[in-house]
Amino acid sequence: MSDKFTVEIISPDQTVLKQETKEVIIPSFEGQMGILNNHIPLITFLRPGIITIKAEGEKKYYVEEGTVEFSNNNLLILTSTVRDLANFDKSSINELLQKAEANLNTESTDKDRYVASYKIETLREISE
Amino acid sequence: MPSLDDLKKRIKSVKSTQKITKAMKMVAAAKLRKAQESAEKGRPYSQKMQNIILNLTKSINDPQNAPKLLVGTGEDKKYLCVVLTADRGLCGGFNSNICKLAKTNFKKILGEGKELNIITVGSKGHDQIKREYGKYVIKKFSFKDKKDISFNEADEVGKEIISLFNQNKFDKCIIFYNNFKNVITQIPQAQQIIPAETKNLKEGNDQNFSYEFEPEEDEILEDLLPKNISTQVFKALLENAASEQGSRMTAMDNATRNAGDLVDKLTIDYNRSRQASITKELIEIISGAESL
Repeated sequence: MSDKFTVEIISPDQTVLKQETKEVIIPSFEGQMGILNNHIPLITFLRPGIITIKAEGEKKYYVEEGTVEFSNNNLLILTSTVRDLANFDKSSINELLQKAEANLNTESTDKDRYVASYKIETLREISE
Repeated sequence: MPSLDDLKKRIKSVKSTQKITKAMKMVAAAKLRKAQESAEKGRPYSQKMQNIILNLTKSINDPQNAPKLLVGTGEDKKYLCVVLTADRGLCGGFNSNICKLAKTNFKKILGEGKELNIITVGSKGHDQIKREYGKYVIKKFSFKDKKDISFNEADEVGKEIISLFNQNKFDKCIIFYNNFKNVITQIPQAQQIIPAETKNLKEGNDQNFSYEFEPEEDEILEDLLPKNISTQVFKALLENAASEQGSRMTAMDNATRNAGDLVDKLTIDYNRSRQASITKELIEIISGAESL
């Protein structure tokens, strides 16, 4: 049996990616989560972070939020804020970063602050 | 009988109208391709989202405590109708069809003695609806200056709907839009988005997975349901954009053809009356000569 499964990333305006892969790492809301094939059916949502898809090469995507469903060896990622790291230019990263830093102090709930802090952390990481 | 000069002017004006309608048809055809593409690309997202929600709904054991956005308030008194139309006219029956469907529903809702609130998206719909139902319109959106519809606009409408729901302003929410079937057929539709309609999704989806939820399922639902509202609005906006261009293309095609027919008819009239005046002059000359 093959050790591969299908991963699909879909945003409201297009299908960003659909391919076979061996392993995907997603920034699930409660922590990083690695998914291999034959994972049990799963529904979760994302916090800001990086999706890593390991097939022949590695592909990385930046996301801010999203919903993930895994069933029948099919991983479905629905997100409206997906950016391919390969063509994510420095200036837009910095712009997002500045906005996020400015917003951090105005977030009212713990949950919002939690999300915002991850956003900043991820953005800092990729801007280096 | 109009004079020759008048006919000439008419022909000229009809011809220039024809030029305009022809140009509009071309523009609509070009825009249609883009709009249709994005409508088709947007479909998987909203479908899959519905699927996940359906799967989540199945696993809820305690409907009493389920989020209100999913199961509704349990009452049936106040309605919110969101009417999505275009910002521009000259697209055949596109706007009127949506408004007609919406108005029939309004009548029914009011006839049953229920409370009605209306949100309009797009200025054409607002113009048509405010005449009769102006006092029910609580908010209007217009994305006239936006060239392309993006998720942000849909999110704006979605957030407004949710904030109204949280203020307990309505029990049920229905959106009206045109579903893009193909270039010549667009079907006006009424879709209930709150509480989420799951009955037409249940067929053919009998696989029952016991999902692992991370974090808890109500937290996921809390995150997902508002997103789904925006997604449904977005889908409707995309379908609408494609329908608008399709409808405009057909309407302008018809207009161009009609203008062509009219020019033909007017040209015959023109030639005929020109000939008549020539004949008349000849008769006058001949009879003048005879009388000498």
